[in-house]
Amino acid sequence: MNTDIHAAHADDHHHGGSHAHGTFSTYMLGFVLSVVLTAIPFWLVMSGALPSKQITALVIMAFAVVQIVVHMIYFLHMNTTSENGWSMMALIFTIVMVVIALSGSLWVMNHLNSNMMPIHQMSGMK
Amino acid sequence: MTIAVNPSQAGEPVFYLADEHPHPEGYSTSLGFWIYLMSDCLIFAMLFATFGVLGANYAAGPAPKDLFELPLVAVNTSMLLLSSITYGFAMLTMQQNKIAQTQMWLAITGLFGLAFIGIELSEFAHMIHEGATPQRSAFLSAFFTLVGTHGLHVSCGLIWLVTLMVQVWKFGLIEANRRRLMCLSMFWHFLDVVWIGVFTFVYLLGVLR
Repeated sequence: MNTDIHAAHADDHHHGGSHAHGTFSTYMLGFVLSVVLTAIPFWLVMSGALPSKQITALVIMAFAVVQIVVHMIYFLHMNTTSENGWSMMALIFTIVMVVIALSGSLWVMNHLNSNMMPIHQMSGMK
Repeated sequence: MTIAVNPSQAGEPVFYLADEHPHPEGYSTSLGFWIYLMSDCLIFAMLFATFGVLGANYAAGPAPKDLFELPLVAVNTSMLLLSSITYGFAMLTMQQNKIAQTQMWLAITGLFGLAFIGIELSEFAHMIHEGATPQRSAFLSAFFTLVGTHGLHVSCGLIWLVTLMVQVWKFGLIEANRRRLMCLSMFWHFLDVVWIGVFTFVYLLGVLR
């Protein structure tokens, strides 16, 4: 009886915890979305369709974020239930670390750059 | 029965399973592999941070505008994107137990991956030929490290892909091979996700700067 429970338990884990699979239509939907989300940023930069560079930069970064989410859902089959939620926990933890490391580095180093006077200006002191 | 009675003293709470219950082979592989991918993600985050900090330090050398050819990058991006969808087809045919078709899609994925690496290497060779070597400026050091690390990952993925094709050819779509193909699937799609960051932050924003 003990083994029965174990087997049932393990089997349940295996099915509930195994990675979700996609279907042909979800893969195709992900692919089409990715093509669109890749083509638009390239077009924006190559044609210079938007008047300001800042706006273009913000827009293509937004497209990148959306495309990463599309890949996560349609290709990597991320959801909140796979592996009993542990893969989502690991992902959230990683995103928090990445955001801290990236924004922290850029922020601190940018301030460092703007507070340091370049050597060639220091000698000239114009 | 599974959580056994406290072996030491009755009345004290037990915070562990007294008997380790068995799991089928490969039960935790996909979670373990996912955690590996997340740690890999941190490596790329560090390289992106380095590139973000040093990406404008040209040392009077060539800037992204002088070096990058966006049409070529677009072709390269489509190679990787196509390889992602063909790998998806390989996984779908694997679920239907069609060995020959799985192998065919894996081979097509490999060819797209090879095309990606080929274009990237020719781009690197072109840049180095023009004097834009990793030693030239902090921007180029950061660029070659970031894009090179991604390329190295794709190359390892290709070696893994060929290995798995041989495995499938020799042993068929057994449970272990299915698990391995699923891990490679996660690896391959993950590299595509990293490439989204590369073409946006390195190439597009670089040319825009």
